[in-house]
Amino acid sequence: MNWAGLYTVLSGVNRHSTSIGRIWLSVIFIFRIMVLVVAAESVWGDEKSAFTCNTQQPGCNSVCYDHFFPISHIRLWALQLILVTTPALLVAMHVAYQQHQEKKLLVLTGHADAKHMEEVKKHKMRISGSLWWTYVCSVVFRLLFEAVFMYIFYMLYPGYQMVRLVKCEAYPCPNTVDCFISRPTEKTIFTVFMLVTSSICIVLNMAELVYLVVRACARRGQHNSNPPSGKGSFYGHKLSSEYKQNEINQLLTEQDSSLKDMLRRNPGLQEKGDRCSAC
Amino acid sequence: MDWGALHTILGGVNKHSTSIGKIWLTVLFIFRIMILVVAAERVWGDEQDDFVCNTLQPGCKNVCYDHFFPISHIRLWALQLIFVSTPALLVAMHVAYRRHEKKRQFRKGGQKCEYKDIEEIRTQRFHIEGSLWWTYTSSIFFRLVFEAVFMYAFYFMYDGFQMPRLMKCSAWPCPNTVDCFVSRPTEKTVFTIFMIAVSSICILLNVAELCYLLTKFFLRRSKKAGNAKHHPNHENKEETKQNEMNELISDSCQNTVIGFSS
Repeated sequence: MNWAGLYTVLSGVNRHSTSIGRIWLSVIFIFRIMVLVVAAESVWGDEKSAFTCNTQQPGCNSVCYDHFFPISHIRLWALQLILVTTPALLVAMHVAYQQHQEKKLLVLTGHADAKHMEEVKKHKMRISGSLWWTYVCSVVFRLLFEAVFMYIFYMLYPGYQMVRLVKCEAYPCPNTVDCFISRPTEKTIFTVFMLVTSSICIVLNMAELVYLVVRACARRGQHNSNPPSGKGSFYGHKLSSEYKQNEINQLLTEQDSSLKDMLRRNPGLQEKGDRCSAC
Repeated sequence: MDWGALHTILGGVNKHSTSIGKIWLTVLFIFRIMILVVAAERVWGDEQDDFVCNTLQPGCKNVCYDHFFPISHIRLWALQLIFVSTPALLVAMHVAYRRHEKKRQFRKGGQKCEYKDIEEIRTQRFHIEGSLWWTYTSSIFFRLVFEAVFMYAFYFMYDGFQMPRLMKCSAWPCPNTVDCFVSRPTEKTVFTIFMIAVSSICILLNVAELCYLLTKFFLRRSKKAGNAKHHPNHENKEETKQNEMNELISDSCQNTVIGFSS
């Protein structure tokens, strides 16, 4: 499992995202993850081996490095990117659950042929109803994680700049020794770059949140002025999402309760009931 | 996520590019990205380890290296390649949006256009006209801007494109002016010149593509103006727009338009 694996997992979510969500995903993968992998990792590659202190005292080098770099930038960014991309999986799980419900409905209504099943798998879910709440939660979590990591960065490395020289007097260093950091300018450039892209991602997330809220309010206003007509067919694309969900739930509960009744009356039918989906 | 993934993402854009655009993409991937990965990264691999200064003063080497190489060539090239290839994604997004609209029309059972299968919409190639033309031209313009900016950044940081063998450094904590020796300077110069040359070729290709698109645009416009002049009584503005739409639709549809009213 590496960044490519994460890319595979998250590309599936792309289909059910808003346009801003897709742009956000592209920015994450191209300007953050890719830059991290192809450029930043080699800049920080020799951070410990090239960290030199002006002393021959054994152990002083290690202790000073550990004191000034409790956690390396690269590892912090990797954690940040993983945590920031993971809320999208909430949406993926919810979509998979909805697709499962739709397939079950198709089986119950006797339309379980390959063509309809494929269409359920391929069609894009509308972001409405409970999916809207899941999506909004995922965006809020993304924002939260981005903000938390930006703050941690600022706390650990004030000013986001990498200095050339740090003065260290931790034991076993004999006195205040000068320690020199490897490639400080290049590290500062990449830190600023990652910070800028992180801010762009925060702005995109906020824009997406505003867009979702405005769309929901607009839809609600439209809904209030045009109330929906009576019950339509069982096929979801003709009804609104909530209506569709209610129909599905009703069908499933009816089916479950009639199955339970039958099994209670005829215990011997248990095995047959397992095999037959529409008993 | 690495160069291979970028290749997969951009490969899809290839279908909707002009011939010059396809050549540009090939040059980018084979002569720049591939050279960077298989050759240049090895040359610069030991740049700091083998950067040797004539002093035992701890920290002097680090400081002098940082002073002369604020950002390594390899990282600059990597950033340049990422920025230069990304505008093509604008085109990919626009094409995806158009496909989505066509699929929606197809599903609604649109009378304007018939496809045998929704799969056909997915594999169909769009002509570069209308709003797609503007997106494509903007992407080429951004590519040119990024290429130029990075070439300038290179020239500014490394004062010419040659890698010297020896650098004299007097930054603190070096006790006095010390001689510092760069590892593999000639090989680095060769690769720097190679990458600059290929970068210039890419700039030329982009300029040529821009000219080609502009020429095509003006030719098409003059053809339409010529047609309008020959039939001034029959065509007003709305009908011209309608005819343009018909042209576009008949270009992209396999079957003829059915029952379209003027």
